[in-house]
Amino acid sequence: MLDKRMSLADIAGRLRDGMTVGIGGWATRRKPMALVREILRSPVKDLTVVAYGGPDVGMLCAAGKVKRLIFGFVTLDVLPLDAHFRAAREAGALECWEYDEGMVLLGLRAAGMRLPFLPARGGLATDVMRVNPFLKTVRSPYADAEELVAVPAIKLDVALLHVTEADQLGNSVILSPDPFFDELFARAADQCYLSCERLLPTSEICSRDKARYNPFERSLVTGVAEVPHGAHPTASVPGYGIDVEHLKEYSGATGDAWSAYRAKYVDLPDHAAYVEAVGGAARVEALPAPVF
Amino acid sequence: MGTQGYTLAELCITAAAEAWRHDGEVLATGIGLVPRLAASLAKRTFNPALLMTDGECMLVAEPVPVGPRKNGYVPSFEGWMPYARTFDLLWGGKRHAMVGPVQVDRYGQTNISLVGEYARPKAAFLGVRGFPGNTINHANSMFVPNHSARVFVAGEVDMVGGVGYNPARWPDGRKPAGLDLRIIVTDLAVLDFQGPDHQIRVASLHPGVSFAQAQENTGFPLAHPTSIPVTRAPTAEQLDIVRTVLDPHDLRASVFKGNPPGVRQGAA
Repeated sequence: MLDKRMSLADIAGRLRDGMTVGIGGWATRRKPMALVREILRSPVKDLTVVAYGGPDVGMLCAAGKVKRLIFGFVTLDVLPLDAHFRAAREAGALECWEYDEGMVLLGLRAAGMRLPFLPARGGLATDVMRVNPFLKTVRSPYADAEELVAVPAIKLDVALLHVTEADQLGNSVILSPDPFFDELFARAADQCYLSCERLLPTSEICSRDKARYNPFERSLVTGVAEVPHGAHPTASVPGYGIDVEHLKEYSGATGDAWSAYRAKYVDLPDHAAYVEAVGGAARVEALPAPVF
Repeated sequence: MGTQGYTLAELCITAAAEAWRHDGEVLATGIGLVPRLAASLAKRTFNPALLMTDGECMLVAEPVPVGPRKNGYVPSFEGWMPYARTFDLLWGGKRHAMVGPVQVDRYGQTNISLVGEYARPKAAFLGVRGFPGNTINHANSMFVPNHSARVFVAGEVDMVGGVGYNPARWPDGRKPAGLDLRIIVTDLAVLDFQGPDHQIRVASLHPGVSFAQAQENTGFPLAHPTSIPVTRAPTAEQLDIVRTVLDPHDLRASVFKGNPPGVRQGAA
């Protein structure tokens, strides 16, 4: 019987310097933050990060883990800007491949389809083409002869995703309102790791009713870690909402204040200690679902 | 603000709602408070056919009010619009978004990425987000709460994220079929792209604002039609809907410093 259960440290231990790592979720929603904090505690460096970015990107920037960022945005939603991402970018510490959001989607999809590129209009006539000089265009071979961006495949070494429930085989369901692009990250990656709120027997995940929320097949999944509250301070609905108060503390902890934040919330013995540090499970579970 | 008067924020909301009047059945997306209230007002009044979300991923038959909701409030859901489907929809062109750029240039090119140089910006903002794909695929309008030469820059914007009417950047020099910039609502005026060769033009001036004042606060020449109307005042029905239905907690009072009246002092 397949058993893909792993610890957070096991998963972080699979990362190597210079790898391309895709992170699922969206801004402040369903980010695998416990895995991100585990990466902060590990020696790995020089990562290329691909994300619809939130505090996952900011935190990796603050810890100096990011060499290159492939992205359309980094935001904390409720707070428009992530101070750590801003500081790293304004210091010139990041190599940025700034893409249209749709280009990130198509690049991941191309990788999952094992295609070299997918064509798109988004990006043409903008500075996306200037600041990413490696981007090329193709011309439609048909009568329209339209010039299009050849969005190159974004092949991932590793995808890190946070789902609601999973079993030890790698079956999963996302019960949040929006599955975002987690499926595309999973398909684009050589190794895909899930953290989940609950690890359950297969029969409790894949009923006829719930199978509709199964984002991708288990054969894409390399490892699974059960990490209740593992998306905090981002939301994992149903379960808990965005911890706005914590995000403010995090985004305010720039410069010298970062080491204090890190000592208080990152350099801890385990995830249980983190949940205690942020006020305990009951407090996290009382965070209201976000209203936009 | 009594029922006789209206605030500048309320004027901007009703002026911005006009963007969607003749759109029919497209997805209306208003990013930020004023655009969102404007789209909601358009749907609630003259264009009920608009598609709209709850701000997350559910389509709603009635616009969702902003701010804290009454206990037990349930939006009138009518469908699902997760992000992945939003891209499918927008690539098909059936959307009209209103956004709030950091910079806009004479071509209508927009920037929300950064100020300064790409490799080491003076100020880093969000990133281009979906602007490149949006502006080349469907209709777009803008809300600019601080009409100034810092926003309406003299040259090109520092990082072109949104496509504009700049033939030098168009593939093969041909206007992209989906490029369709509509209006820009500011704290001084409503602008459109109906000048010669899509030059940005003053479509209406808010009460008490002169063309000279709008021009002085713009880094490029604005087209001046033979006559410029005054931006139409909100109707009593519009004010009632905005105040009691769409924004019952008066979040719009914080859009402009001091929540100024819509009719500026000294205006007729």
